[in-house]
Amino acid sequence: MKHLLSTADLSREEAIAILDIAEEMRETGTRQVKKLPALRGRTVVNLFFEDSTRTRISFEAAAKRLSADVINFSAKGSSVSKGESLKDTAQTLLAIGADAVVIRHPDSGAPARLAATDWIGLPIVNAGDGTHEHPTQALLDAFTLRRQLALREGVSPLGRGLDGLKIAIVGDILHSRVARSNLWLLNTLGASVTMVAPPTLLPVGASAWPCKISYSLDAVIESGVDAVMMLRVQGERMRAAFFPNPREYSRYWGLDDTRLKALEAKGHDTLILHPGPMNRGLEISSAAADSPASMVLEQVTNGVAVRMASLYMLLSGDLI
Amino acid sequence: MKYLIRQAAVLGGQATDVLIIDGKIAQLGELSDAEATVIEAAGLVLLPGLVDPHTHLREPGREDAETVETGSQAAARGGYTAVHAMANSTPVADNAGVVEQVYELGRKAGWVDVRPVGAVTVGLGGQQLSEIGAMADSRAKVRMFSDDGICVSDPLLMRRALEYVKAFDGVIAQHAQEPRLTEGAQMNEGEVSAVLGMTGWPAVAEESIIARDVLLAEHVGARLHVCHVSTAGSVEIIRWAKARGIAVTAEVTPHHLLLTDEKVKTFDPVYKVNPPLRREEDVLALRAGVADGTIDVIGTDHAPHPSEAKDCEWGVAAMGMTGLETALSIVQHTLVQTGLLSWADVARITSFTPAKIGSLADQGRPIAVGEPANLTLVDPAARWIVDPFTMATKGRNSPFAGMELPGAVRATFFHGHPTVLDGALATPRVAND
Ligand SMILES: [Zn+2]
Repeated sequence: MKHLLSTADLSREEAIAILDIAEEMRETGTRQVKKLPALRGRTVVNLFFEDSTRTRISFEAAAKRLSADVINFSAKGSSVSKGESLKDTAQTLLAIGADAVVIRHPDSGAPARLAATDWIGLPIVNAGDGTHEHPTQALLDAFTLRRQLALREGVSPLGRGLDGLKIAIVGDILHSRVARSNLWLLNTLGASVTMVAPPTLLPVGASAWPCKISYSLDAVIESGVDAVMMLRVQGERMRAAFFPNPREYSRYWGLDDTRLKALEAKGHDTLILHPGPMNRGLEISSAAADSPASMVLEQVTNGVAVRMASLYMLLSGDLI
Repeated sequence: MKYLIRQAAVLGGQATDVLIIDGKIAQLGELSDAEATVIEAAGLVLLPGLVDPHTHLREPGREDAETVETGSQAAARGGYTAVHAMANSTPVADNAGVVEQVYELGRKAGWVDVRPVGAVTVGLGGQQLSEIGAMADSRAKVRMFSDDGICVSDPLLMRRALEYVKAFDGVIAQHAQEPRLTEGAQMNEGEVSAVLGMTGWPAVAEESIIARDVLLAEHVGARLHVCHVSTAGSVEIIRWAKARGIAVTAEVTPHHLLLTDEKVKTFDPVYKVNPPLRREEDVLALRAGVADGTIDVIGTDHAPHPSEAKDCEWGVAAMGMTGLETALSIVQHTLVQTGLLSWADVARITSFTPAKIGSLADQGRPIAVGEPANLTLVDPAARWIVDPFTMATKGRNSPFAGMELPGAVRATFFHGHPTVLDGALATPRVAND
């Protein structure tokens, strides 16, 4: 693995290897001494062109637990906002002595561009690019699902995929990098996916995706699913006429208390995931977010483990 | 000066000798002339000099990207003897002063006829008609008007523009792009944009404007030219309009005849262009549209950019591709070698018809005695690998870089003067007025 740009690039074997290493990494997180010496002397740069404290600190914690040095570079208020190009910024980081770049960028494809050009020649981790992909989020979601189901069955999660699971991804699919990365990875791991959204928030062309598409969250809940992934919906989308107003959105596509009860009534032990930050009362009710089925905090914990595994595989490299 | 072209296949047909004297075709047949410079052309195809209805020469204002000099050198190398220069310069070519400046720069450069296109609206602002009459009456004799790069989206303003240019036998060349439907658009909207998470540029944004404009042209009895048609639906609408007798002509770029939105998966901004690269179905429909005459002409939409405008991430990259030095090869590759067009058809879509649309008297003329010697010699058997760094244009943004293409321009005669010989730039023509 040279870069981590898209979950579509991962084979089943590679994806499972990352998840398995993440299991080991997660174990170390429960110890008194959480640090591993694996990346001592290496420098990881978090290059963030978009504000995302959650993702940045998750990557920062991951790198530090592997004993790497971390440089956080936020583009806000820096030379970048004064018009410096991605190329110049990246080359500056190379000159500083970076060994890997974790990049969050508002443009779809910016990490892939950084990886494809001769600008720096370092391993690149896509920490979310525009409305394209967010592969470590998908890996941590898959990790969370796999781990929970293994716990439930009392078996080891190691070496397993997500075969036969039914997953609903609900919300603003059109603008969601999380939805895209999850779609490819869940398919690779053997799960079947249903995208649920108002038609305005599904991309034209999604009919070619390897998933089912539904406009009715109620019908999907009724059909029985192993997990629902609720996506963040920005209330501002109503200004571009994607839906009439947040209230109506919530009424049809939100995981509200009524739908939470319907989920529980199915007796399917459906897990509830959300990549955060949540808009409580819009796409998810507080009761759903705080219910025993909610994996929201578990996802955050697992995010560090998955990012440790990703950095480890990119920088020590000899595993795959 | 006298030149004797020996054994050239005129429009791909009979091999003939062509004697050029003082800028004109003096004789055709089995010829000999001891004083003439002889150009051996056995195996080469002789075409009328190419006429491009659509280039961006960037001068005045962006001389770092291209100048009239370098752009017209690129044109000559591509086999062109005339190009239209779009109005989106800085300042905008929306008055007689700027169009005369561009015209003069072209005349002094001496590589091709440079015909400025006048802006439809002041500053391309889409609010107020520019001084169309003054531009038509200027030394540049502007006949084509366009806000290219920006659509004249206001239906009333478009109607007025179409009507107004009738007084000067002008034509409005529309960049068909409904602005609200393409806010923030990065690429064709479809299966590829869905995967890449890029804001889509839907086909309907082009087709709805073309549908509106052909109806407006019919209503006011005016001439409409549609720039860079890119979708299958647009071809159908134009086919319908022509069947109805509407005075519409349409243009397609070489890149839309070959490349698809699959290229965007590389995220390399060399493929970023407006209108965007479309689907395979669209490419095939465009070729069929050229073959059946629905699409009249090839326009390169040559759009050079400095390297920093493309050596960056997709979202901030400039839109546009160079095209003058590859156009004929792409036409041969996509239309001749596929059996869709003969070389006589190529002459029609690259020279005869574009000259008529732009009302260029000395261009796009038959290869006949007494006609101006604007001629291009092509070696259809040649093959070459596209290297943007050996081109005459300042732009290095060729989407065909690294591709092997058929057909090479061996010589270009501009009013009887060889601007290209042996496939390389020769000398400019010194205007004697
Ligand atoms: Zn245009």
